[in-house]
Amino acid sequence: MNDQTMTPEERAANLKGLGSSRKRVEDVRFTQGKGNYVDDIKLDGMLFGAFVRSPYAHARVVSVNKDAAMAVPGVVAVLTAEDLAPLGLHWMPTLAGDKQMVLADGKVLFQGQEVAYVVAENRYIAADAAELVEVDYEELPVLTDPFEALKSDVVLREDLAGQTEGAHGPRKHHNHIFTWEQGDKDATEAVLGEADVVAEEMVYYHRTHPCPLETCGCVASMDKVTGKLTLYGTFQAPHAIRTVVSLISGLAEHNIRVISPDIGGGFGNKVGAYAGYVCSVVASIVTGQPVKWVENRMENLMSTAFARDYWMQGKIAATKDGKITGLWCHTTADHGGFDACADPTKFPAGFMNICTGSYDIPTAYLAVDGVYTNKAPGGVAYRCSFRVTEAAYFIERMIEVLAIKLNMDAAELRRINFIRKDQFPYQSALGWEYDSGDYHTAWDKALKAVDYEGLRAEQAQRIEDFKAGKTRKLLGIGLTHFTEIVGAGPVKNCDILGLGMFDSCEIRIHPTGSAIARLGTISQGQGHATTFAQIIASEIGLPADDITLEEGDTDTAPYGLGTYGSRSTPVAGAATAMAARKIRAKAQMIAAYLLEVHDDDVEWDVDRFSVKGAPERFKTMKEIAFAAYNQAIPGLEPGLEAVSYYDPPNMTYPFGAYICVMEIDVDTGEWDVRQFYALDDCGTRINPMIIEGQVHGGVTEALAIAMGQEIAYDEMGNVKTGTLMDFFLPTAWETPNYTTDHTVTPSPHHPIGAKGVGESPNVGGVPAFSNAVHDAFRPFGLVQSHMPHDHWRIWKIANGLGMHG
Amino acid sequence: MSKMHVKLTVNGKEVEGLAEPRTLLIHFLREDLKITGPHIGCETSHCGACTVDIDGKSVKSCTTFVAQVNGADVTTVEGLTNDDGSLGVLQEMFREHHGLQCGFCTPGMITRAHRLLQENPNPTEEEIRFGMAGNLCRCTGYQNIVKAISASADMLNAQKEAAE
Repeated sequence: MNDQTMTPEERAANLKGLGSSRKRVEDVRFTQGKGNYVDDIKLDGMLFGAFVRSPYAHARVVSVNKDAAMAVPGVVAVLTAEDLAPLGLHWMPTLAGDKQMVLADGKVLFQGQEVAYVVAENRYIAADAAELVEVDYEELPVLTDPFEALKSDVVLREDLAGQTEGAHGPRKHHNHIFTWEQGDKDATEAVLGEADVVAEEMVYYHRTHPCPLETCGCVASMDKVTGKLTLYGTFQAPHAIRTVVSLISGLAEHNIRVISPDIGGGFGNKVGAYAGYVCSVVASIVTGQPVKWVENRMENLMSTAFARDYWMQGKIAATKDGKITGLWCHTTADHGGFDACADPTKFPAGFMNICTGSYDIPTAYLAVDGVYTNKAPGGVAYRCSFRVTEAAYFIERMIEVLAIKLNMDAAELRRINFIRKDQFPYQSALGWEYDSGDYHTAWDKALKAVDYEGLRAEQAQRIEDFKAGKTRKLLGIGLTHFTEIVGAGPVKNCDILGLGMFDSCEIRIHPTGSAIARLGTISQGQGHATTFAQIIASEIGLPADDITLEEGDTDTAPYGLGTYGSRSTPVAGAATAMAARKIRAKAQMIAAYLLEVHDDDVEWDVDRFSVKGAPERFKTMKEIAFAAYNQAIPGLEPGLEAVSYYDPPNMTYPFGAYICVMEIDVDTGEWDVRQFYALDDCGTRINPMIIEGQVHGGVTEALAIAMGQEIAYDEMGNVKTGTLMDFFLPTAWETPNYTTDHTVTPSPHHPIGAKGVGESPNVGGVPAFSNAVHDAFRPFGLVQSHMPHDHWRIWKIANGLGMHG
Repeated sequence: MSKMHVKLTVNGKEVEGLAEPRTLLIHFLREDLKITGPHIGCETSHCGACTVDIDGKSVKSCTTFVAQVNGADVTTVEGLTNDDGSLGVLQEMFREHHGLQCGFCTPGMITRAHRLLQENPNPTEEEIRFGMAGNLCRCTGYQNIVKAISASADMLNAQKEAAE
């Protein structure tokens, strides 16, 4: 079939643009084992690095003896803080305005902290030699509880002694980092004082870890002849890493090339800058040879990028018929030994102030106190925009707690407090402008889809049966309506280390009508090579199959802040559409010239410009592309390419309604997810197949977090969950099937109306699972029990409620 | 450390080399033979990213010495591609049903699924979930992996029937 006989719909379908469940182009490589991950990189003369790590959570480092390690054949170097100090690299700046030891400088502050870095000819020799480095420690008192830490005389950060001013304002105690306040404290306290009803609860979101299947790693390769450093690594933000490496190493930025190859999952773990990167770069500069460092799983869980660890004290006020009048939250945030949280500079607690959720709460106040303890630093956004999952969990628990206090149905309580459709754009009491939403429609659709009333009737019968001794299983119905804030963000209020959080896309159309696009982001499994080509296909009318996507090479891609916080689609996706529109604007002029009419006399028609009123006279984008390279068009430069750096005017606010139905065995604490319904509204849907896949994966990560996954410490600061034996990752066996659904409320400010979806299922999933557990025990008196809800803890709930006879 | 001579068949080709007695099979495959499909995710046998097929059994190559498989017949995901270079049935079905995202677990997943379907050509969903429980995925939530394996079973059975 040729161009003239195809309908516009058929031509649009051939493009595989927006809305197409196009199969992923990445998969041809991945399914054959032909991905190229950092540990697959092998360079001539490549050495391996391995860390000596502290077994203690808090100790002085009295001495480090390298002799035995250096004597092992094949060992090239052993680096300590003393070796890095002359270069000024024994400490490094963190993303949160603090500084962090690269290698232990006199003391260690968490178990697993990096003490020495061994460089050897292969990984076996490096591991052997690391065992032989003799470190003499003197143990110090350990603080693993943030509330204790704020009272203790023990000074964790002696390097900050006497500093009463931190990066985010005054420090109240030697183990205190910052206080961050939002909203109106006095007004909120007044509302609480006058309210008909106030529900109060401590909601703890435990410490956990993103644990992507591929750990963090890098290969640093310094070419002493050209003076150029190439750094391959598992970087979610390769351009920012280049700038950071330049700033801390003193190497000129044009002499640094950062490459993120294929990344085996990120989930926030791969945003930060880690000691392994710095040591590998130094080792390559010193030896003149490439140096590879890849952490093992235990190192990954113990030292890079924990998430959460927020103690959220909440008060929620309402009228006696359930209208919420105020919300108060004080959070104690355990940041570990260094404040290395990955948040935009002005947001030391991320976007925790989205904690009013989906509700029209007129008055609110939030304060967050950051605290040092003897735990690993990190504080990354594990599959969420900065601290949004903590905020969503907090409000969705507080709603349930309020429902208990009011003796109301929690679905109805939500419904009467939702921000109404006609209130958007909505100004929240804690400072955000929600761009769009239609919560009531989504909520009603979700309740109907699961037959909510039928479920409640079944639950009532189950309770009767339980009381009559006919069953030992309870039924929990976990409700959640979440609102996210993603797509950081407007440069005017979001930066990381001073770098504005815009993003970018460059598109080049080739003469024969195919194209290459390069972005400032980097896929870690999201399928950017597939979906961003779809945006371009719809904008400029070339088939997605003819568009190559490249990301992750700072020498070729335009500068961008990377992929995390669901920002790729809201920010880089917008840049992609805008760059494509620049190309289309030039294509319009070329088409008009070729058709010998005025620019305004042609109109866009799927994949071509045609003369208005004479659709049989047209030039396809393919023809226009060729003309751009072979015609001398008066007033136009040859070629057809464009670049866009997009600074979004606002963030986007995806939302969703999730319902979990769970069976719980009172005697064993075992749980079984009978049904999980996930309705997401991410605005315009680019690739429904990929959206559904993101939801499946995100809800499964939420299942893990809510039902068993944690980074647990004993009182000595030992990590108790340092391997996959103890750290819960669900298998196919524990994981249920999910039902996905959607509504579409496009973002009014995004060029194609898209909002981002990768993190919604984790943000909404955690409260849905947790609320199901709580809901099952609500009739027996449970108000609040901390996650993770593993079998033992669920058994303890039942036991504590006297249900074991 | 002194090295020993090892000889095995990998993806239908005889290979040999020198390895320390402690050299793990995954390192021998990835670093000596440059077969980088199998990945290292945990080094404790939990995640299954390193899964290979050895003499008709699924084995985690991160906790197997190459010395243990001297003389064995080893298949990795690279060996599951059709002779003409096109995707094998499982590879194609994983793509068709969006059974992968970051791709890191995929080689182990597909290699394990290959053996599962030899062991049980008509698995139920429950049998697939149980049979794949030694392979972790952090991206997909397994739903589409189960679908891909089930569709592969149907396709392989149809191919077998057509050949008979």
